[in-house]
Amino acid sequence: MDTDLSSQDRKDLDKFIKFFALKTVQVIVQARLGEKICTRSSSSPTGSDWFNLAIKDIPEVTHEAKKALAGQLPAVGRSMCVEISLKTSEGDSMELEIWCLEMNEKCDKEIKVSYTVYNRLSLLLKSLLAITRVTPAYRLSRKQGHEYVILYRIYFGEVQLSGLGEGFQTVRVGTVGTPVGTITLSCAYRINLAFMSTRAGEDNGAVYPSVEDSQEVCTTSFSTSPPSQLSSSRLSYQPAALGVGSADMGFPVLFAGGLNAAHPHQLIGPGKEGGVPPIPSQPAHGTQADQERMCTPLDGVHYSAATPSSSEDTETVSNSSEGKCGSPHDLLETIFIRKVGAFVNKPINQVTMANLDIPFAMFAPKNVELEDNDPMVNPPDSPETESPLQGSLHSEGSSGSSTGNTHDDFVMIDFKPAFSKDDILPMDLGTFYREFQNPPQLSSLSIDIGAQSMAEDLDSLPEKLAVHEKNVKEFDAFVETLQ
Amino acid sequence: PHRTCCRTPPGATPAMNCRAEVLEVSVEGRQVEEAMLAVLHTVLLHRSTGKFHYKKEGTYSIGTVGTQDVDCDFIDFAYVRVSSEELDRALRKAVGEFKDALRNSGSDGMGQISLEFYQKKKSRWPFSDECIPWELWTIKVNVVNLANEQERQICREKVGEKLCEKIINIVEVMNRHEYLPKMPTQSEVDNVFDTSLKDVQPYLYKISYQITDSLGTSVTTTMRRLIKDTLAL
Repeated sequence: MDTDLSSQDRKDLDKFIKFFALKTVQVIVQARLGEKICTRSSSSPTGSDWFNLAIKDIPEVTHEAKKALAGQLPAVGRSMCVEISLKTSEGDSMELEIWCLEMNEKCDKEIKVSYTVYNRLSLLLKSLLAITRVTPAYRLSRKQGHEYVILYRIYFGEVQLSGLGEGFQTVRVGTVGTPVGTITLSCAYRINLAFMSTRAGEDNGAVYPSVEDSQEVCTTSFSTSPPSQLSSSRLSYQPAALGVGSADMGFPVLFAGGLNAAHPHQLIGPGKEGGVPPIPSQPAHGTQADQERMCTPLDGVHYSAATPSSSEDTETVSNSSEGKCGSPHDLLETIFIRKVGAFVNKPINQVTMANLDIPFAMFAPKNVELEDNDPMVNPPDSPETESPLQGSLHSEGSSGSSTGNTHDDFVMIDFKPAFSKDDILPMDLGTFYREFQNPPQLSSLSIDIGAQSMAEDLDSLPEKLAVHEKNVKEFDAFVETLQ
Repeated sequence: PHRTCCRTPPGATPAMNCRAEVLEVSVEGRQVEEAMLAVLHTVLLHRSTGKFHYKKEGTYSIGTVGTQDVDCDFIDFAYVRVSSEELDRALRKAVGEFKDALRNSGSDGMGQISLEFYQKKKSRWPFSDECIPWELWTIKVNVVNLANEQERQICREKVGEKLCEKIINIVEVMNRHEYLPKMPTQSEVDNVFDTSLKDVQPYLYKISYQITDSLGTSVTTTMRRLIKDTLAL
């Protein structure tokens, strides 16, 4: 099995994997808080930054992660998963992403633990930082606030992807080979946001601070795990409230002896930041038991779990796992809901964009079928009049006007106050504004006319030269006056 | 970027043993800077370490690299970069020059910007040091002109999506764990890393760019042709 690995290397490797798991959770959760993250570089190593990266440790998150791991490490068949979900203010919820930290059987015996594995884990964390900004949930999480919030849940064991809906996509963050197996980090994310109504598309403006004093425990309907595994909707910094029993303390202790000079202390006691917890007498039992369980084979597919209930997961996964990252952001389009006012005679299917009961409907994106009227697509002929303004007024109306407007040089525009609507006549002000926004190109700048005039210039050159030669004396005199 | 006088080793093309990746983007003029910075910073995030501090007996400790989120103003996109103002300034300077060159080349802006990681190999006098590239990232840029606000809004979103794909591509390449220069001894560190920054230590890199016009030829050739044609009365 791992007879080639020295006990020191083995200890180091376990330590690296454990702290890698904890840092992974921190990066993922912090990326979904809805705030911009900023940490400082430090040229002098303080020794407390794992993997040479400045990643803050939110105590509550560490606590949840350790609770989920319960003294074990990711191993074959036992993955650490961070589930990101969205919950609306009305109580609807939906899983958005599952981040999986897995271990498979493929071992790399030759690799150096304390050096290569460590550096590659550091690189993998950097990749995770980059990828967490790239999935659709990032943008959703930046806009969370009054309409919806983003929740996280950490669990350990078999990956459950069924909550992601059909056709979910996967992105692989990276892999690191170790002498005991290959660590894989990946994300499966939902692309079918079907139940999202208009609420989700709106821009919430100010970013809601995600740190609060009160801690809500969500007993949400989407989760089948015991409530104790659910995390609060707001992350809170509560230094004192976390459990201080020996079960919590037992886990970090194992590695107290294996510290080398480069990282003097890495222990994170619950409720303390950077402090070293007192060392109880017995070592953590988790890792020993863990070793015995590492024989479960994993079949080739990325996310397959051993239980029969997830057989459909396997199928979806094998279809989806090869999928490329398409356009994850298509789904963030807002859906306008048409409201038809009371006493309206018009049948609904004749309601045009202009009649939608939304303010400034004229400025909403045009319908495709009206492209023919768009002066930018079919530019009008160069107008005879001088002013481009008049030219645009003469061109045929765009989407808003249902009647053709024949204008003279200038138009008397009826002032219509905002939000006023007239179903019979178009909003002249709106039409005018839209046209004015898209004036046709100046004729003097168009290429044909430019080339034409150049040809003319060249033709007239000999004449001009002759004239100038005649006046040479005058020019010379002028030049003298300048000197 | 680190200023060096290097020569390509005789008989070696730049492509020898050098991993090369090419990315292509189509952006609007005002998006060029942010798109380039997003890609370059993402690559350099993976290719920078903390500062090395050598101790006795050849061991060394490594400083800490901080990171920060950057939101783009003209693209619906955000990326992570290394927290180093010096590095950010250096990249902005290079990207600014590239953008200006693109703009001055005319309306059909096409060009490419390259980020090359190299190692220095000391040579004896009278030869100057050799620069041996080991990874080359090329971003081909096509600048499009848009007519109205609507198209610009669509472009914001589309370019944002494209950049997400590029980030995934970059991470995929980084994850292959292919050749990286060996960790150097103290005397060799300047041959592998750029140690001039005070807070982080990227691998030695240089940025260069090229502008092409729509016919794929360089700008100087086109100018020459234009002048010749004009004078042929």
